[in-house]
Amino acid sequence: MTTTVAKTGPAPDYDYNIVRQFTVMSVVWGVFGMAMGVLIAAQLAWPQLNDFFQPFSHFGRLRPLHTNAVIFAFGGSVLFATSYYVVQRTCQTRLWGGWLVPFTFWGWQLVIVLAAITLPMGLTSAKEYAELEWPIDILIALIWVAYAMVFFGTIAKRRTSHIYVANWFFGAYIITIACLHIVNNLAVPAAAWKSYSYFAGTADAMIQWWYGHNAVGFFLTAAFLGIMYYFVPKQAGRPVYSYQLSIVHFWALISIYVWAGGHHLHYSALPDWTQSLAMIMSVILLAPSWGGMINGIMTLSGAWHKLRTDPTLRFLVVSLSFYGMSTFEGPMMSIKTVNALSHNTDWTVGHVHSGALGWVAMISIGALYHLVPILWHRKEMYSVKLINAHFWLATVGTVLYIAAMWVNGITQGLMWRAFNADGTLTYSFVESVVASYPGYYVRFIGGALFVLGMLLMAYNVFRTITDKENAEQQDNTVPLAQTA
Amino acid sequence: MRQIAVVLGSIAFLAVCWWAFSPKRKKRFEEDAKLPFADEEQSIRSAYDADKNKTDEDSAAGSVRGDRAGETSAEHKKGQDEK
Repeated sequence: MTTTVAKTGPAPDYDYNIVRQFTVMSVVWGVFGMAMGVLIAAQLAWPQLNDFFQPFSHFGRLRPLHTNAVIFAFGGSVLFATSYYVVQRTCQTRLWGGWLVPFTFWGWQLVIVLAAITLPMGLTSAKEYAELEWPIDILIALIWVAYAMVFFGTIAKRRTSHIYVANWFFGAYIITIACLHIVNNLAVPAAAWKSYSYFAGTADAMIQWWYGHNAVGFFLTAAFLGIMYYFVPKQAGRPVYSYQLSIVHFWALISIYVWAGGHHLHYSALPDWTQSLAMIMSVILLAPSWGGMINGIMTLSGAWHKLRTDPTLRFLVVSLSFYGMSTFEGPMMSIKTVNALSHNTDWTVGHVHSGALGWVAMISIGALYHLVPILWHRKEMYSVKLINAHFWLATVGTVLYIAAMWVNGITQGLMWRAFNADGTLTYSFVESVVASYPGYYVRFIGGALFVLGMLLMAYNVFRTITDKENAEQQDNTVPLAQTA
Repeated sequence: MRQIAVVLGSIAFLAVCWWAFSPKRKKRFEEDAKLPFADEEQSIRSAYDADKNKTDEDSAAGSVRGDRAGETSAEHKKGQDEK
């Protein structure tokens, strides 16, 4: 291992304070954002729930709050925590940046609070996943630049000669999100909380989905692959299956993802060749996506028995299975003829959640269960049994959710395009809504199970931090002098 | 234009594959893949340090920081010896 360490001398301590802060907040925002999702799922099953505090409690206002909370509050906090942790440990140096480091934490929390206030008030720029109005967008841009400076500043002063692959994924995510966020939110302010997009018509739609799909591709995929490349090997106790494959799949993934956004605009005013290009690039994406999945899962070859006893590892590995599943489903849905059936139906919602719950949330949960004992110098979590219970709640919840949405989506797609012999539509739209009700109930149950798991996690994390003993061990703390 | 893009794209992809899979870099990548396992002792120390950071901030005692730096580097050397 001496070949990888470039600098000698006493190693500085890592900044675990900031990682702790983001770790705790990711659990808090996870519970909040997912509970918000269960609420809006309940509103679709029982529409009178829209009315408890109108107009602030309306589905149309709470839905963007749910998406922003789970993606940027929960996912964002997880990514700040893990990227700050991984970059320090694999560069063997303390975070660079001084006051910029706490600025990213407090700034990001402020953005989340502002979102939770403005979105229910109906203040929105109406761009999906970029709903926040321009003053908040400027704050996000400043935080993101600070984040980039801290991350790359730390890499610049690393004590290892090599930059570990996880950092490549984190780096790509930070740079790309900066470009996407700034370009898509270019707007002309009309008042303090009102603005108009700088782009118009079809170009605006294209920019929006270039942003939207790469929010998926870089925020929710590349960055979480960064988590995978550090936490799966660590939890499995063995290096990644193929480091060479990780390099090839990194370059392939980041150079293809940016082209795929047009598949959100099939059969729209977007030029036909642009739609076809997006479709082809989306289909090609299957290869680098599965490269990552195979690399992660094969890391366990020879250590499969660990899955039987280690629910944290199970979270990480099952998340990769869901990743493989949704990156197969995505390219398939981007094919125009399939899209003609699936577009605007609940199938899309199911696809998003197989990625969001199965891949993003599960790998985050696995990483957090790995992180918490280390950050608070404990041997293990307060209760491993509760991790196991959480695992099953999360898995069953996800499966119920996505199965319900598949059934709903295909039902809706088929009903919408059914014609009578004389050319009239067989079903009215409302008939397809009525047909969707059973799926809405099942989705509510699936989501509620997932949130129940998150509540177990919140309790488990709280007890791990506050208690020095746990059920299995008399003393759960790791002694300072111990060398592992 | 289209043909040039296809050719350049293919060359870029093949070049990355060649660079990654060429046998002379195999050994190096095997070492690089072990990077996450190289710093356990430093991590445990940092976790205890994060406790101290909190009390530092609470009591706002600046002099403690200096003491801590000496203490931790001594411990680090000890860790190195044991290895």
